[in-house]
Amino acid sequence: MSKSQIYRFGSLISAFLLIAAIILTTGSSPFAVIGTMLSGAFGSGDQLARVMVTLIPLLLCTAGVIYTFNAGLYNIGVEGQIVVGAVFATWALRLFQDSVKDDAVPGALAIIVALLAGGVGGMLWGLLLGVINVYGRVNEIFAGVGLNFMATGLAIYLVFGPWKRPGVASMSGTQPFDDKLWLSTIGTTELSPVGILIAALGLLITIILISRTHYGLRLRAVGNNLRASFILGIPATRQLFSAFAICGILAGLAGALQVLAVFHRLIPSISSNLGFLSLLVAMLITYNPVFILPVAFFFSALNIGALRLPSDLKLESALAGVIQGILVLFVLLGRGLSERYGKK
Amino acid sequence: MRVELKHIHKRFGAVHANNDVSLLVEAGTIHGLLGENGAGKSTLVKMLTGFYSRDSGDILLDGKSVAVRTPIDGVRSGVGMLHQDPLDFPALTVLENFQTRSRFTPASGSSAQDLAKLAQQFNFKLDPNELVSNLTVGERQQLELLRLLSLGVRTLILDEPTTGISASQKTQLFNAMRTLASQGKSVIFVSHKLEDVEEVCNHATVMRRGQVMGSVPVRKGDRYLSGQLVDLMFGRELALPNKPATARPEIGLHMKNVLLKSDNLSVKIDDLKIHRGEVIGLAGLEGSGQRPLILACAGVEPPVSGEVFINNSNLTHKPYQRYLDNGVCYVPADRLREGLVAGLTIQDHVAIRNPASGMFLDNNAMNAKAKAAIAHFNIRGTPASKVERLSGGNQQRTQIALMPNALNLILMEHPTRGLDIESTLWIWKQLIERCQQGTTILFASADLDEIMEYSDRVIVFSGGNASAPIPANELNASKLGEMIGGKF
Repeated sequence: MSKSQIYRFGSLISAFLLIAAIILTTGSSPFAVIGTMLSGAFGSGDQLARVMVTLIPLLLCTAGVIYTFNAGLYNIGVEGQIVVGAVFATWALRLFQDSVKDDAVPGALAIIVALLAGGVGGMLWGLLLGVINVYGRVNEIFAGVGLNFMATGLAIYLVFGPWKRPGVASMSGTQPFDDKLWLSTIGTTELSPVGILIAALGLLITIILISRTHYGLRLRAVGNNLRASFILGIPATRQLFSAFAICGILAGLAGALQVLAVFHRLIPSISSNLGFLSLLVAMLITYNPVFILPVAFFFSALNIGALRLPSDLKLESALAGVIQGILVLFVLLGRGLSERYGKK
Repeated sequence: MRVELKHIHKRFGAVHANNDVSLLVEAGTIHGLLGENGAGKSTLVKMLTGFYSRDSGDILLDGKSVAVRTPIDGVRSGVGMLHQDPLDFPALTVLENFQTRSRFTPASGSSAQDLAKLAQQFNFKLDPNELVSNLTVGERQQLELLRLLSLGVRTLILDEPTTGISASQKTQLFNAMRTLASQGKSVIFVSHKLEDVEEVCNHATVMRRGQVMGSVPVRKGDRYLSGQLVDLMFGRELALPNKPATARPEIGLHMKNVLLKSDNLSVKIDDLKIHRGEVIGLAGLEGSGQRPLILACAGVEPPVSGEVFINNSNLTHKPYQRYLDNGVCYVPADRLREGLVAGLTIQDHVAIRNPASGMFLDNNAMNAKAKAAIAHFNIRGTPASKVERLSGGNQQRTQIALMPNALNLILMEHPTRGLDIESTLWIWKQLIERCQQGTTILFASADLDEIMEYSDRVIVFSGGNASAPIPANELNASKLGEMIGGKF
């Protein structure tokens, strides 16, 4: 085994040891936790469906941030792009809800419009971040955090203000939509075949665009060296904007799907922090979109499996976040060490 | 303080930056340290001040051997350095910067008095409450100088202090240096400007390629001095022009009333006409204005005013893409920062330069193209080699291989820097073949042999002044050297 592999493998082992140690300090056994989480995620068809429901937006967002990662941008604004996508989709549904109720407009049409609106909303929010970053010279991380706050603020304002439920406004969101405006789901679960299809398409297109086209190559060139790419004749600014826009579209679609298939209304925490989780996934796989699916699936399973921990083991379900965070940190550490010391 | 450096060696990897350097600076004198960029001057003074540690050799201060390992050691033994970009804290005030001299911040009242007293001694006017970010470079130098003196520095090193400051600030600075020398302190003045050294120094030492070439006393009105210094800086014999005639009667590049600006330089070019197929060498010390000219011709940094024509089409203020479409190609000196994309392979670069029809990458075709380029340009690598793993010479060959086929204008900086003789000859053979097809070439080089050997005409730059193009066969070493030193 090469020195570089030892660093990478060693850091992964350290991550697992640290996770085990943390679990032990809570008075529980790591094996019990694994067992509980496995059964929590895969114990029944319903549970697997819940994993998939989390996986859909996670896949879309991760695919999105892969574009910006390749362009050398840490697009933390993806979180806000989900929210704005959800807001736009809700807005479109609100426009149609009365005519759909009266059967003047087919529900399917309204749903398609809502999906498109979600994509457009996310794209606009992404482009706004791009403008601030490229022309305003504000670091995309700071600008992204700011826009995230604004997006959440917008959602809360709408839920408690103009779009508030008849009667009393609450954190539980707007008035649920008529079920003609729901995306159909499998059985009693929240898993929507259309959602699966959109996520799969988004993932497939991303893999092809990034690794097989001139566009993807140019994006990687810009991400590795903006100046040299420009001198070699790549329209670098346009390339950056396209990455922000595509990421926004995918995140916006994820937001729209959360409204259409999962919550059937706008809630303040519509993004469920999946944007941040997608950044973790993207950091783990760096630039290669082929690994999005397995890692995102693993992270979704952790999220859902951990929901069992409070009832079965009296542990916080936040343990999933701890595990994800430790894994990412140690993998990055191992990568850094092997780059610094791993050369012969 | 008397400073003596004996047999100093310093290597950075394969580069022997200081090779057996010895230097003697007497107390009460101003000593000029002359040389081109990369001659090893900065390395030498940085070892004296503790920024670098030497590989071998001795440093003696007033006859006592000292081990200067860190900048603090340097200041403690009485050596201070005024850096080209002053090492200060722009977000703090003048007084606060001045107070950073000691570990325990003294009462600001007494500090303010110290500052005022010192400033008065040199006739510097500094407002103690002004933010350093609002000061000019010259004022920041003054502040740094006072701070170093308050630390008890007895040997002061100034690294290229006259770049970017006004004429009156320069006079003030030179007066301050003379005052310090009269107090028995020693001053080391690092510069590549002959005029400045002749004006202010008592003694001058010339470095070239990491070695001391000679040391001469400076006397006012010495007619032979500048010739002597030029010889030491650039060497006596230069290569003879050795290039077939390739110039054609048509004009390939025309610049009219162009004004170029870079950080601390402005370059004026009234009327420059270059023929197709002609090779123009841009001589001069680095940072004298060659780069703004090259970037303007390339369309990367447009001129402030004036017009640029390439093969009779007016490209003034047109976007860079238009320059590319008009057959302009810029080959930067800093291969990994500007020329190539580290992280990508040779094949990736070939694909970037060949945006074939259709959106999909044709890996087989690009692989074949990359292989052909590697064979034709004799690059040691494979299509899958990442460019940062290639040697400098092979990176340069890759840059040449990536140049599009039909070009009107090639702009190069240091086309053969760091390359062996074989690669140098090979690269120029490729370039001259292009000239024969009518391509115009402008290249900047620090290597005067290269300038003489391959240019049809030469433009000499000095501190932002550009000469008219001079036929290479009318130039000789001393004329070139004097012009580079600022005497047109």
